[in-house]
Amino acid sequence: MGSTVHHGVEGVGRRDLIKRSAALGLVAAPGMGLLSACASGGGSGDPDEGGTRGKTSKDNPFGAKKGGKLDVVVFKGGYGDDYAKAWEADFGRKLGITSTHTGTQEITGKLQPRFNAGNPPDLVDDSGAQKINIDVLYKNGQLLDLAEVLDAPSVDDPAKKVRDTLIPGTLDPGLQEGKIVALNYIYTVWGLWYSGKLFKDKGWEEPKTWADFLAICKDATSQGIGGLAHQGKYPYYINVAIMDLIAKKGGLDAMKAIDNLDPRAFVGSDAAQEAIEAVYEVVEKGYLMPGTNGLTHTESQTRWNQYKAVFITSGSWLENEQLKQTPADFDMKFLPMPLLPGSKLPFEAIRAGSGEPFIIPAKAKNLPAAQEFMRRMLSKEWSTLFAKQANSLTILKDGVDPSVRLRPGTQSTVEASKAAGDNTFRYLYTEWYGEMGTAIEAASNELMAKRIQPKEWLKRCQAAVDKQAKDPASKKNHRD
Amino acid sequence: MRKGQYRFVAGFLLVPVALYVVFVIWPYIQTFGYSLTDWKGQSQTFRFVGLDNYRKLFQDDVFIEAIGHNILFLVLIPVITILLALFFAFMLNAGGRGRAGGVQGVAGARFYKVLYFFPQVLSLAILAVLFNAVYRSDGGGLLNGFLIKLGLVDADKPVEWLNEPNMVLWALLLVVVWHGVGFYLVLFSAAMQSIPRDIYEAALIDGASRNQSFFRITLPLLWDSVQTAWVYLGIVAMDMFVLVSSMTQNMGAYGGGPDHHSDVMSTVMMRNFLYYGKSGYACAMGVVMLLLTLVLSVVTLRATRRERIEF
Repeated sequence: MGSTVHHGVEGVGRRDLIKRSAALGLVAAPGMGLLSACASGGGSGDPDEGGTRGKTSKDNPFGAKKGGKLDVVVFKGGYGDDYAKAWEADFGRKLGITSTHTGTQEITGKLQPRFNAGNPPDLVDDSGAQKINIDVLYKNGQLLDLAEVLDAPSVDDPAKKVRDTLIPGTLDPGLQEGKIVALNYIYTVWGLWYSGKLFKDKGWEEPKTWADFLAICKDATSQGIGGLAHQGKYPYYINVAIMDLIAKKGGLDAMKAIDNLDPRAFVGSDAAQEAIEAVYEVVEKGYLMPGTNGLTHTESQTRWNQYKAVFITSGSWLENEQLKQTPADFDMKFLPMPLLPGSKLPFEAIRAGSGEPFIIPAKAKNLPAAQEFMRRMLSKEWSTLFAKQANSLTILKDGVDPSVRLRPGTQSTVEASKAAGDNTFRYLYTEWYGEMGTAIEAASNELMAKRIQPKEWLKRCQAAVDKQAKDPASKKNHRD
Repeated sequence: MRKGQYRFVAGFLLVPVALYVVFVIWPYIQTFGYSLTDWKGQSQTFRFVGLDNYRKLFQDDVFIEAIGHNILFLVLIPVITILLALFFAFMLNAGGRGRAGGVQGVAGARFYKVLYFFPQVLSLAILAVLFNAVYRSDGGGLLNGFLIKLGLVDADKPVEWLNEPNMVLWALLLVVVWHGVGFYLVLFSAAMQSIPRDIYEAALIDGASRNQSFFRITLPLLWDSVQTAWVYLGIVAMDMFVLVSSMTQNMGAYGGGPDHHSDVMSTVMMRNFLYYGKSGYACAMGVVMLLLTLVLSVVTLRATRRERIEF
């Protein structure tokens, strides 16, 4: 500070120079900005059709070309990414197409710039906390309509279309405005989980009604074990339980009322009111595992593995996620949500469906190979590879070779879905309306912490629904 | 050589200015451009919507609440951090009992200096993990475990520090202050050491107390450093993204809970930008953030301007 360089009298002073260049910059920069207002760096290259499409044949309906390259990006979360590497190796062996593999948790960080630049990968498993929402990608015109893949002949039985070899209803979550744009590959069931060992030790029976469920919670609490645990830091989880109770009490109509943004979806719906009051009873009577409202998923699930709580809410990825923390004799078991009196759906009914959306970007460089890869994902061979590597089921009907022995939790989900039969349901508002889903979750978080009562919860949820209904874009989504 | 000199200077300036324009000015302009559209973030198709996004912004309760939280941080973080840092720095440098030799710090000052600086070497991500363990909402948390052992908290009703609307902001504030004090302590210490000892000694001979020598000598001579600290801490307070998004209850994405009680502008912006796909709208938030930051830095620099004392 205070150091002065003495220039010659006629010389251009440093300050003058800076002033001039700054002025130039100020004039020039916005000028450019206005000229190309909101211009973007990226171009929008068309996929190179001629270069990548080879001859089509019965075994190769899309004409994936030998020697081509495939760019695969996989979410490396609860299921790892070993399964994808196994697929890619097999793809290379059979079709001579080499894959570049990226396993990551930062889907958005890695892919958003690429989508914007018109240079996306060929196949993406778009999952995890940092996924790019499917509705967002779809609205930006980035997703390939998967109809061609689904109408292609199945690998296992060429007489059948791929579409007909899948568990019914599993394609629905990939639906945007009537088109299937995401293949939700993993078959997941949602509900409550408990330890078979703890139940045996305490002499409890699987509770089929809400009253039985509360009785077990009461008994457990008196012995110093929490009744219900949930992953409070992520209100998503307890919200699953609440929404399931609504659907089972009020039937599919109550569920669709929410998805279709009915003005009486929450306020004025008896099912919603009874369901939320039932959950609130657990809170009020002190049956929650102490502190569970503020715990992350790993923290609360590990506590549950340590027998600090009887029940926990989750989907069927739980077993694989907790592999290391689960005691050997824990005997993990799945339980459908117990019934409120006068429920329209039977006890066996479960929220079931597909998760882990795989997408093919519309601007993929090697479309034929990506389509062929997806067709093969829906073969028995690859589906079994997946079950082995990731301890989970896929949406392929009878997709796992019987020789593969499943873990107790996964086995119990197989039995539960068999018992459920056609009695499965699945909300879609979470895929359609991210903002509304957040508002409902925020309200559930407040309820679990006893800061609001059921009446207020219903009001807040209805307000979220009504707000979403005002958005003209929401007219395009509807389910019957 | 006059002409040559011109070219010489311009040559040096060209690259930095170009870099600055490309990587700072140009993105700002682009952001402003996008803020006038309904851009959804994942492609280059959008419509021009004029000032609609800005209009909506002023009816967005979540965003307005978030501004409030930032302002609260903006007032409290610099004040508390600077006061603590000044106090500690003074104690370490001139707070010791005056012995015959004159002015010195408390016993063990050098050890404390290293100790206080330690939090500063932790990255924000590690800080979040560390304090998540401190604030954990069951008996396994450091605070809860301690309070339960003391019998101050019921083991069945542990305090959910980060899930309490009235506590979450203070919990975050504590983390920032804990992290920052050490650095500003060292900064102020260095500045204090450049204050000639004889000024203190003269004051001591005149019978000045510790308080008097702090307020009449130390503080006025440190003003430049305090001003710098204020601006830096203000920037921290306007951001807060990492701590909020990795410590608080999840509101869809990027924390902000419970019920948006800990949301700050940056988390609301990111949630809209990526999670809701309302990227154009989020860009409008970004522009508002930029304007607020600009106004605040001007105000801060003006308000703290004093006459410089030469010594």
